[in-house]
Amino acid sequence: MEVTERAFERLVRDHQDRIFALGLALTGNRHDAEEVAQDTFLRAYRALVTYAPERVRDLKQKAWLHQIAVNVVRNRVRGNRPRLVELNGSEPDARTGPEEDVMRKAEIDELAARVACLPPRYREAVVLRHVQELSYAEVADALGQPVGTVKANVHRGLKLLRGDDHGDGDV
Amino acid sequence: MATVMFDLKRLGDVKAPPGFAERVLAQAGMADSYAVFETVLGPVYVAWNRLGVSAAMRSKSSAEFEQWFREDIGRRLVQADPPAGLASRIEDQLQGKRRMQFDLRGLTPFSQAVLRKTLEIPRGQVRPYGWIAREIGHPAAVRAVGTALANNPIPYFIPCHRVIRSDGVIGNYGGGGPEAKKNILTLEGVQLKRLQDLARAGLRYEGVRSTRVFCFPTCYHGRAARQENFVFFHDESEARAAGYRPCKHCRPAEVA
Repeated sequence: MEVTERAFERLVRDHQDRIFALGLALTGNRHDAEEVAQDTFLRAYRALVTYAPERVRDLKQKAWLHQIAVNVVRNRVRGNRPRLVELNGSEPDARTGPEEDVMRKAEIDELAARVACLPPRYREAVVLRHVQELSYAEVADALGQPVGTVKANVHRGLKLLRGDDHGDGDV
Repeated sequence: MATVMFDLKRLGDVKAPPGFAERVLAQAGMADSYAVFETVLGPVYVAWNRLGVSAAMRSKSSAEFEQWFREDIGRRLVQADPPAGLASRIEDQLQGKRRMQFDLRGLTPFSQAVLRKTLEIPRGQVRPYGWIAREIGHPAAVRAVGTALANNPIPYFIPCHRVIRSDGVIGNYGGGGPEAKKNILTLEGVQLKRLQDLARAGLRYEGVRSTRVFCFPTCYHGRAARQENFVFFHDESEARAAGYRPCKHCRPAEVA
C-alpha cells in the first residue's frame, strides 16, 4: 500500500502538466480541464491499488493515462457538449501572473476553446497527435482506433482548424 | 498548416495549476484537507479526510495551523474548498445537534477510548477526569486521561473542555488555556460559579429527595426538582449511606 502511494505520487507529479494540458485541449476551459485531470488521476489510483506490483512496474504510464483521460472526457461530454466559450473573455483567474503571462494565457485559452469546438473524433486525434505529440501508433492505441482512421481524422481536424480561423491569421 | 501545428504544440506546454498534485493526493485519501470556518467560537481551522474530521485548532494563521498539524498529526495537509454541507455539520456538532465522524487513526487505543468516552458527555454538563478513567476500564489512569485530553487533536468538537478536576478547578486546556475553557463551558450553559462553590465545599454529588438518586451537579436529570429538595454529598459512600442510588445517566458511581 505504502509503495503504491509513493508510486502514485510520482505518477501525479510526473504527468500532471501533460494531463492538465490534455484536459484543456479537449474541453476548452481550465475549470473542466482540472476536473478531467483530477478524475483521470483518481481513476488511475483506483486501478493501481488493484494491480500486481509487476503490472505497475511495466505500465506504460503515458499511454495509459492518456487512454484514461480520453475516456473521462468522452463520458462527461456525453450530453454535456463543451461550452462554446466566449472567445475573448476566458474566466478570470486569481492565479494569473504578470501581464505578459496574462496575454499568453488568454491566447492559449482562446486556442483551447477553438480546438474544443472540433467534433470529438477529430478533436481527440488532433490533440493527442499534435498537442501531446504522441506517435500515430500511440494515438491509435489510446483511442482504440486503427492507425489509418487516426491519420485521416488528424488531417480533417487540422483542415477544420485552419478553416475555422475567422481570418485572424494563424497567430 | 505549419503554424496551426506550432500553436497546438504550445497548447501542450500548459502547466497544471498550483496545488493540483496536492488536491489529487487529498482526494485519493493520501492527504488531509483543511479550511477555516467561522463558528460560534470564532474562526477555527478544521482538517478532514474521507474518514471524517481529523483536527481542529483556533490557530492565528494557515501557516501556524499547517505547522501544528505537521508536528502533531504528521500527515500531508492541503488547503481546500470544504465539501458541501461541512460548514453546517460543524455548526451542528458544536451546538450538540448532531454527531460527526472523526478520524482518530494516529492516536493510541487508550487515547482513542478517552476521546470516544468524552464525546458522550452532553453539552452543558461536565465530568471529572476520574470518571473517564473508570468508564473506560482504567480507574487508576487518571493522569493518563489528563494527558490524552491535553493532546486532543480535535478540541471543541471532541469536548475535552467538559472534563474538569473533581475539586472544581477548571484545569488547563489545550484549546486556548483555562479562560477559553471557562468561556466555552459558560457558552454551553454550565453554571460555573455554582459548580465551583459546591466543589470548594467538598460537595461532589447532588441528590434529589423524592427520587433518592444522586448525580453529578450538572446532570440534566433531576434539574426539574425544586431547590429545597436537593441534598448534597461529599462522596459516594455518604450518598449510599443516606439511601441514594447513583444516576443511570451521568453514572457518578458504578451502578451496583
